[in-house]
Amino acid sequence: MNMNYTADELAFRDDVRTFLEEKLPADIAAKVKQGRRMSRADHERWQQILVKQGWYATHWPEEYGGVKWTAVQKHIWDEESCRYGAPRSIPFGVNMVAPVIIKFGSEEQKQHYLPRILSGEHWWCQGYSEPGSGSDLASLKTRAVRDGDHYIVNGQKTWTTLGQHANMIFCLVRTNTEVKAQEGISFLLIDMDTPGVTVRPIITLDGEHEVNEVFFDDVKVPVYNLVGEEDKGWTYAKYLLTYERTGLAGIGASKAALSHLKAIAGRQQKNGRPLIEDPTFAQRIAQVEIDLMAASISNLRIIASVEGGGVPGAESSMLKVRGTEIRQTITDLSRRALGPYAQPFVEEELDLAYEGEHLSDEDGAALSPQYFNMRKLSIFGGSNEIQKNIVTKMILGL
Amino acid sequence: MDFNLNEEQQMLQDTVARLVRGEYEFEKRLKFSESEQGYSEDFWKQLGELGLCAVPFPEELGGFGGSGVDVQSVMTELGRGLCLEPYMQTVVLAGGLISQAGSDNQKEDWLSRIATGELKIVVGLDEPQSHYNLNDVETRAEKSGDGYVLNGRKGVLIGGHAADLILVSARTGGDSRDDSGVSLFAVDPNAEGVERRVYPTMDGAKGCDVFLNNVQVGADALIGAEGQAGPVIQYQAGRAVAALCAEAVGAMEESIKLTLEYLKTRKQFGVPIGKFQVLQHRMVDMSSELEQARSMSILAASVANDDASDERDRILAAAKNVTGRAGQFIAEQAIQLHGGIGMTWEYSLAHYAKRLIMINHQFGDDDHHLERYAGLLEAS
Repeated sequence: MNMNYTADELAFRDDVRTFLEEKLPADIAAKVKQGRRMSRADHERWQQILVKQGWYATHWPEEYGGVKWTAVQKHIWDEESCRYGAPRSIPFGVNMVAPVIIKFGSEEQKQHYLPRILSGEHWWCQGYSEPGSGSDLASLKTRAVRDGDHYIVNGQKTWTTLGQHANMIFCLVRTNTEVKAQEGISFLLIDMDTPGVTVRPIITLDGEHEVNEVFFDDVKVPVYNLVGEEDKGWTYAKYLLTYERTGLAGIGASKAALSHLKAIAGRQQKNGRPLIEDPTFAQRIAQVEIDLMAASISNLRIIASVEGGGVPGAESSMLKVRGTEIRQTITDLSRRALGPYAQPFVEEELDLAYEGEHLSDEDGAALSPQYFNMRKLSIFGGSNEIQKNIVTKMILGL
Repeated sequence: MDFNLNEEQQMLQDTVARLVRGEYEFEKRLKFSESEQGYSEDFWKQLGELGLCAVPFPEELGGFGGSGVDVQSVMTELGRGLCLEPYMQTVVLAGGLISQAGSDNQKEDWLSRIATGELKIVVGLDEPQSHYNLNDVETRAEKSGDGYVLNGRKGVLIGGHAADLILVSARTGGDSRDDSGVSLFAVDPNAEGVERRVYPTMDGAKGCDVFLNNVQVGADALIGAEGQAGPVIQYQAGRAVAALCAEAVGAMEESIKLTLEYLKTRKQFGVPIGKFQVLQHRMVDMSSELEQARSMSILAASVANDDASDERDRILAAAKNVTGRAGQFIAEQAIQLHGGIGMTWEYSLAHYAKRLIMINHQFGDDDHHLERYAGLLEAS
């Protein structure tokens, strides 16, 4: 057994650190670390820096402009970029639809879409969930009916993250109602500018506009935008979900959030001393730090098994549950650290441009909204209940 | 033993429940919350007209002579409606402080007008460094002529933005965190040197921080004896805690009702999701948390107006600890069981969840009250 990085891996880590130190814009890092609002331009700026470095498409084969990193390298990148406050890449184009197009798409689709994902010309969003479907994804109802060279699409998608910025959406649509639910689904690429597509914001409980509803009203989609075969979309969707579920445990992000929590607890006061020296609060921090340590090693064990040729299976479901619980605990403690000052909701302080006095802690305004926003972690990407069902079947055989 | 409300108490609770149902449906509540006032002036007026703002005051001061249980009935129903009016702040807390420590003049002038809904008084006890310790007061009041000069900052006065009068704790003696040397003053929010920074709160109310820069007040602004407000504040904070526990119970009941309806109607994999055992058991856990909180809210209400004692303090600390934990559990689980819907601004559940979490940040969270309780443990 050897839990240390190899010399090559250490050298890679040094490269990553040097790159982040030199190229990560300080204003973007500040926003990420302090939980401030990221603009679309911030995401685009960072994407172009990564593309230039050749480190954007880490899941793609090199022939399409990707970088072939090992599982350990990806892990190192994740940890270090969280530590330095690099934004997470918006996954829908680069890490979700692209691998599907690469594996199942036509040559023409690869030539057309992949470069546009790299250049940022196409901003993708995901059209999976529907109002009635939730974790029962196969129950989706959005219809696509073939009409000559086109499909006519009607229906509604929901929880479409950052759909307000997107100009392309990949959708699961029902093309056959005569067969079993999973067998009549197709994977369709839709230009959001097509007539009949409407995006409506959903405001979440923290007041943010992050997700949307997308309506399709007689939307004409050229047949060549079908990926793979008609009615075989479920296979592609499942392939994509394996990409979505890697990294959902968010260990790197939790480490960064924990270090942020400790900084806040170092500044907040209780009984005339820094809160981090308060016995009760210190114990709470200690407990979550210990849990995170264990989850982090569990994460490395999965990475090592993938490196050895294994396929991450139900173990990553367990890790998703633990990882999201840990992150939620950290956001709970961060909010608690503010005491009575967890109550104010001072939106203007969430903008980096804000130059006025901070009501409480310099990063305080983001903490309660973040606590509420992070409730989503145990719901999306397959709710934690669904993950436990997977473990029940796949590992325990119950 | 009888845990039922008596006839009068039942009538009181029904009155508030009817009023809330009629005037405070969720869409209206969103509008009140978004308005400049941050609550419904009209609803507040109705509370006054129906005598509800007089519930806890002694009869000789125009009150109803209501007990802790009466206040509990009102607060539970206000919690069920997610009502935004400063009832706890003005009627329970400010009213309590004035009743206990005020001069005859102050009582006559202020309480009679609170009782009719004419006057709103909000109390500022927290400070940026205080972290729920009500003795941690750095705001200072220096003698000046007949009166005092106040300097300092009071934090997170819910409803303070629209208050006619503000009561603040300030040190006239002693060191930081001493339990003696704290005094209580009435400050006109429009007086020279008073600045308010107003903001919305996470749970849809409005509040403010109050900055006091050389604010001159007269001798008649002092409430109670100089330097002796500490125990009065502690005592009244206990009544506020009991009121908050009752409010939380109302919000928990409604959260559970909404979640239960959802489990029965929402279908997945061809069946209502309430058929899944894991969700059933979660719902059972939420319901038993509610039962625990309900029990402690009853107990807290029953001792809220008792004479000060370690036993009363223990019970109130225990009640807030149980309520804080139950509220957070129910808020988080209710969102989880609803899935994404529970996280949306448009749906009332998210707002119940936010209120339940924020109640934990008023007068001490479950950690704070666990520490208080531990500090009062009796050796057997």
